Amino acid sequence: MPQLDLDTRDALAGAEAEFAPDHTRPRADVVPLYSPPEFVWRNDTERCRRCKRCVMQCGWRALSWQDRVGADHNKCVGCHRCEAMCPEKCIVVAPNPQHYKPHALWSVTHRKNVWKQGDTGGVLLTGMGNDAPYQVIFDHLVLDACQVTNPSIDPLREPMELRTFLGRKPERVELDAGPGSALALKTRLDPNLEIATPIVFAPMSYGSISLPAQKAIAMAAAECGILWNTGEGGLHEDLRPYAHCAVVQCASGRFGVHAGYFNAGAAVEIKIGQGAKPGIGGHLPGEKVSLEVSQTRMIPVGSDALSPAPQHDIYSIEDLRQLIYAIKEATDYAKPVCVKIAAVHNVAAIASGIVRAGADIIYLDGFRGGTGAAPTVIRDHLGIPVEIAVAVVDERLRQEGIRNQASLIAAGGIRSSADMAKAIALGADAVAIGTAALLALGCTLCQKCYTGRCSWGICTQDPELTRRIDPLVGARRIANLVRAWSAELEEILGALGLNAVESLRGSKERLRGLDVDPSTLDVLGVKPAGVGA
Amino acid sequence: MRIDAQGLHYRELNARIREAVAAGEESIELANVNGQRYIGDGVERQVRIDVHGVPGNDLGAFMDGPTVVVHGNAQDAVGNTMNGGTLVVHGDAGDVIGYGMRGGKILVRGDVGYRVGIHMKAYRAQVPVLVVGGTAADFLGEYMAGGVLVVLGLNGRQGHPLVGDYCATGMHGGMIYFRGDVDPSQTADDHVTIRPAGEDDLRQLRAYVEEYAREFGLNAKAILSHPFTTLVPSSHRPYGGKYAA
Ligand code: SF4
Ligand code: SF4
Ligand code: SF4
Repeated sequence: MPQLDLDTRDALAGAEAEFAPDHTRPRADVVPLYSPPEFVWRNDTERCRRCKRCVMQCGWRALSWQDRVGADHNKCVGCHRCEAMCPEKCIVVAPNPQHYKPHALWSVTHRKNVWKQGDTGGVLLTGMGNDAPYQVIFDHLVLDACQVTNPSIDPLREPMELRTFLGRKPERVELDAGPGSALALKTRLDPNLEIATPIVFAPMSYGSISLPAQKAIAMAAAECGILWNTGEGGLHEDLRPYAHCAVVQCASGRFGVHAGYFNAGAAVEIKIGQGAKPGIGGHLPGEKVSLEVSQTRMIPVGSDALSPAPQHDIYSIEDLRQLIYAIKEATDYAKPVCVKIAAVHNVAAIASGIVRAGADIIYLDGFRGGTGAAPTVIRDHLGIPVEIAVAVVDERLRQEGIRNQASLIAAGGIRSSADMAKAIALGADAVAIGTAALLALGCTLCQKCYTGRCSWGICTQDPELTRRIDPLVGARRIANLVRAWSAELEEILGALGLNAVESLRGSKERLRGLDVDPSTLDVLGVKPAGVGA
Repeated sequence: MRIDAQGLHYRELNARIREAVAAGEESIELANVNGQRYIGDGVERQVRIDVHGVPGNDLGAFMDGPTVVVHGNAQDAVGNTMNGGTLVVHGDAGDVIGYGMRGGKILVRGDVGYRVGIHMKAYRAQVPVLVVGGTAADFLGEYMAGGVLVVLGLNGRQGHPLVGDYCATGMHGGMIYFRGDVDPSQTADDHVTIRPAGEDDLRQLRAYVEEYAREFGLNAKAILSHPFTTLVPSSHRPYGGKYAA
């Protein structure tokens, strides 16, 4: 072999290293194609008082200071943090007006994705829920109201019952004669969770969101008399005081899972799937496993937290039953067990199996459910809407005479009290909110959670960023949201002539469809608008 | 104390075990066990439980502290997500042994089935150890994040390899030791490095093998005289390069 000069040798060694299977780096051995920025950043230099606050606020380091603010438009994700924090309000972050020739089939997003994959050979990631323009069924359902023939109820004057009990209900109750003329309950009731309003917080793990964000949610749950959910990240020491209203999750990675963890919570949730990424697992990259995250997940600092796609002890409904009862045994049957699944085509039959496997609560996560990170292709193309899932599951469980055995929580794209009321009318006992709670903390839905650089301090572990959330203030905002939706729900119930939310549950007769195709209405069990009782 | 498990539903049997544990019982002997699940599940105290007969699935799930000795075969999901304690099986054990275990020890005299040691993980002083005296089937040590897996192949089925296929897929922490050779094609060889066990490995192994030999009355020296093979993860980020930046 001829002698090579040193430079050539080094270059060759470098080239070899690039092509050797290296699992730690993306294959960035290609010069990237030009891809225009999504946003352009501008400030009014006349009004700018040169305080540099915007530069410090940007989690993505899109802004820098050289005599004045300079923007790297390509790095700007449009989170609007700088804009909100600018004392002069002189910043405008706007969509890039630069224009490619429109194409009805090849959207600019499709084009950009192809360029990026040509550059990297990688799976595209995203955050938050499905943003594809599928029809939103909630927006095509309208609620009934009382007129003349049945009186409405004034929630300002009359008591309204929003209290909800989640868990297995008995088929019938038997009573015994108690002392004197009193009656005593003979039937042994299964444990139920009492919530003051039919809202719970969606699972969001410490690791995917910051500790102050999770704490704000936990405090809001305690204040509102509802539940929060640890997600698959264990229970942080600081959140122990809120364990009594926590649903503790057991998922495929079993992070932070042990008997004490089960017994600390109000209920245990087995996570099978998530609406944003049905059928796949999750990877929390090692760089986000800080000392504190490591303590909560009970894994070494810097270690990747890989959650396999399935739980490897669950390959069937029988296996699920085995885990449900392993948890019931570990908690001495004192805690309801919830099973969370993504809404998929066969959801009704699966839910029936889950109830028969012994679950007390089923959490149905529609395909618009949020996520800290998911492959875009999975998020945007797998699963079905929660509206359909909850309607068909409720119907199936009723037909089989087992609806009383489990409560249903509807999640994945609940944006308002109207969505909540409609979900309950379609058959849910309660709804779960994740994205809405984060919006109340300041999130602007930039969908870049997976980068871990959230300028709002939500989806990040960088202490510089996380301290932007004051849990007390955050909790107040989230609790306000819950209060507002509850008050609106009371208004809706009053208009419907109902004084308890449980009277609305599964009351599809109080819904009508507008501009929805007949087959979808059929599946929902809802009549078209204009058709009377 | 002794509990006769004959004809008892698992719920009743386990309630009695929990009662005994709560009452401070040091040693519990279970007679006539016949498929009852969840024995030792979630028990968080140091108590000895001797199982005579064949326990059902999820033996010692989520447990933290007890020593459970099975004087016979065990079924599936032994030591599921266990946190601490010791599980000893004098016969064979089934599938999904030690799934997600974070601490403690599982010693199996005979063979184990599929999906064993998946997602074992270590945390601080908690280093889970799973020693298999015989052979293991497919998917051993998948997604392994920490801890130690040892496969001795002492009493394996004749003609069977030490381990089945797809061993160590997604492994990103911990160690796997085999007494003998392993065909790289049976492993996720792009995720692991396979090498003959060196000095350091053997030092670590000795402690585990000695404990195993003591438990089952075998000769540790003889077991250790054979060459061992070590599997270590090639990367702590097995899927790091899969995603677009
Ligand atoms: S703070 Fe947000 S909007 Fe402002 S420059 Fe940075 S990424 Fe863009
Ligand atoms: S925050 Fe506003 S005023 Fe301050 S430097 Fe930035 S643009 Fe100027
Ligand atoms: S949580 Fe943060 S990163 Fe995620 S969408 Fe909201 S603002 Fe963006």
